[in-house]
Amino acid sequence: MEYFLQQLINGITLGSIYGLIAIGYTMVYGIIGMINFAHGEIFMIGAFIALTTFLALAALGITFLPLVLLIILAVAMFFTAVWGWTIERVAYRPLRGSFRLAPLITAIGMSIFLQNFVQVTQGARVKPLPPQIQGGITLMDGPGGIVVQLSFMQIIIIVTTIVLMTAFSLLIGKTSLGRQQRACEQDRKMAALLGVNVDRTISLTFVMGASLAAVAGLMYLLYYGVIDFYIGFIAGVKAFTAAVLGGIGSLPGAMLGGLAIGLIETFWSGYFSVEYKDVAAFSILAIVLIFLPSGLLGRPEVEKV
Amino acid sequence: METTNQPTASNRPEGAELESEARRDAMQGEPPFTEAPPEDSRFVRSLKEAGITAALVGALTVFFFIFRTDIGSGGLDLTLRPELWLVWMGIAFGARFLLSYFIFRAEEPITRYFKRPSASRRKPLPIGKIFGVAMLIVAIFLPVLLDTFLPRQNRYLLDLSILILTYVMLGWGLNIVVGLAGLLDLGYVAFYAVGAYSFALLSTNFDLGFWVCLPMAGLFAALWGIMLGFPVLRLRGDYLAIVTLAFGEIIRVVLLNWYEFTGGPNGLLGIPKPTLFGLEFSRGDDGFAAYFGIDYDPIQRFVFLYYIILALALLTNFVTMRMRKLPVGRAWEALREDEIACRALGINTVNVKLSAFATGAMFGGFAGSFFATRQGFISPESFTFIESAIILAIVVLGGLGSQLGVVIASVVMIGGIELLRNLTVLEAVFGAGFDPTQYRMLIFGLAMVAIMVWKPRGLISTRIPSVFYKEKKKIGADLVSQGEGH
Repeated sequence: MEYFLQQLINGITLGSIYGLIAIGYTMVYGIIGMINFAHGEIFMIGAFIALTTFLALAALGITFLPLVLLIILAVAMFFTAVWGWTIERVAYRPLRGSFRLAPLITAIGMSIFLQNFVQVTQGARVKPLPPQIQGGITLMDGPGGIVVQLSFMQIIIIVTTIVLMTAFSLLIGKTSLGRQQRACEQDRKMAALLGVNVDRTISLTFVMGASLAAVAGLMYLLYYGVIDFYIGFIAGVKAFTAAVLGGIGSLPGAMLGGLAIGLIETFWSGYFSVEYKDVAAFSILAIVLIFLPSGLLGRPEVEKV
Repeated sequence: METTNQPTASNRPEGAELESEARRDAMQGEPPFTEAPPEDSRFVRSLKEAGITAALVGALTVFFFIFRTDIGSGGLDLTLRPELWLVWMGIAFGARFLLSYFIFRAEEPITRYFKRPSASRRKPLPIGKIFGVAMLIVAIFLPVLLDTFLPRQNRYLLDLSILILTYVMLGWGLNIVVGLAGLLDLGYVAFYAVGAYSFALLSTNFDLGFWVCLPMAGLFAALWGIMLGFPVLRLRGDYLAIVTLAFGEIIRVVLLNWYEFTGGPNGLLGIPKPTLFGLEFSRGDDGFAAYFGIDYDPIQRFVFLYYIILALALLTNFVTMRMRKLPVGRAWEALREDEIACRALGINTVNVKLSAFATGAMFGGFAGSFFATRQGFISPESFTFIESAIILAIVVLGGLGSQLGVVIASVVMIGGIELLRNLTVLEAVFGAGFDPTQYRMLIFGLAMVAIMVWKPRGLISTRIPSVFYKEKKKIGADLVSQGEGH
């Protein structure tokens, strides 16, 4: 029981990170119908920017942790958003209206480019960061020395995710920007005729996705304490899996899918084998898609003749 | 006769005349818009754009160029190198300025000479066909040509040609799935891996030769294609893409962790080399050279491997071309164009999709066993997602469904990037210690983006339909629905 609870907490934490990345995938897919393969790399770039900012702040002598974290959050979100905007502008916008595979190929190209760019400029070795936020709350002190612990870091991750998700749902649901975005999602041409600036809305979608990925990158950096140029790929694939699992194009679906993938992975490594956790996550994906072809919360695709 | 109610000058109300005059004045001329701001000159505009680009590049790279983190004593050390950042911003400024000034903002862009002249009336030469035949002839005589003209780099270039041909073959195999049947497969490398591992395991465990194992490896791969394809082929588009990607990763993870069977990360060693009717390419008395009474030269084995992969690749091409003319091949293309219509016509879409998947997988398996025998050693490292991405990129960059395009894309992408390896000129430009190989994949990624933006339909932008009415003619690639993944 204690072991189960501990795994549950770990799974939810991991799932929150996946969920934050998955939002970027699902929004982009919803609005322009493409798999943004470079999104995992955006997450990685966010983590690197966070790490560099942290070191730069430490070098400047700013060590008050809450302030440091806030500055890092702002800086990482802003600069990662610039990356997101640029990638859309350079690699995807010229191909809008082209056939479907073209932006997918530029996305894969961008992903290869970004990985190697970071590798060349920052080196291929892993970057360890000593844990910054230590300690936690002991929830349960079970027999046999099994302790259920909720660390402060996990609390921060889960709370941040909840806050961001709420803010984000309000942004999409209540503001005019969100309305424009949903309009573009449904019918881009009609939205353009009604005066919605489609290009700007799509750019903003990328910006929002990228800044959420930057938050995920920062959380990943603080939680695991080790990053390298390759983390984007596997996290990206998992997050995309999460987005598909939840029903691509659906925001609550992305979060749900992220949690599901995080829990599956954690429980599988906790109870069966660590080596095959990816196999478990992907198998669940395949099984869900075979029986629920549009994901958990996705709208079934209407087949038009 | 005062009955008319036409207003005359005398019976108009007072002031109406003035009012209508004022209205007429207001409607004449331009509406009262605010004046457009004066246009900047071409130079100033280019300068502004260059400034914006430089600022953007600066913002993007500030954390990657100025700061560099390295593991030092007691944690991470931060190194500063602002000069690199400034240099790159300068490069961005200059490049964008030149582009803006001479191309984007110029009234007559200097690129106008590169634009294709307007379509002429006369029948165009069958350039594609001539080019294809020329390439085939060059490919057949390549070892001789290399031996005559470049004897010093013979071995390296031959090895590179073998690599390119492997990718050509993989591209042609994937072209069946993506280009003809329109199924987006992101896990093609899985079949490559299955082929390589089944060949390696069969030959090392049962002592079988290359020529016996090759068809078996192909069959195994095809079988895996059917097994993996069967549950997922009813998925559409991107769902299919992600599930195939997942299968590719699953196979790699299994290969990595099943130590007893696959050797795990250490891979499999001692995979036998192919033989020519039992003759080995070795120095020994029963070797190829001794049997024919010629001097032994290690290059002979490379030439032999070269011809094997050339034959395998040509076989792939031949089978694909013939398949296109068979009912099943036509069904593939029909399926790509419109799945619903296919179902209405009574085509069993599942079987047709499975056949495309299995055929593509079989050629992937052949290529995999060739890879295993060439390397003599395989490990899961060779079968990562990036490999799938490269193969898919070759197919799409060449032009989906175009056989010649795959060849050109392979030569450009694989050959061009490999050539970077021995460009010693760059070392003179960037100073000693400059290692061009680490920029290989960086340039590969950029080239993928650039080619796709430049030619979204691939390098070859015409397609030849397999069925035609009256006259066989090429059609634009835009008319073919490509890899939409229905």
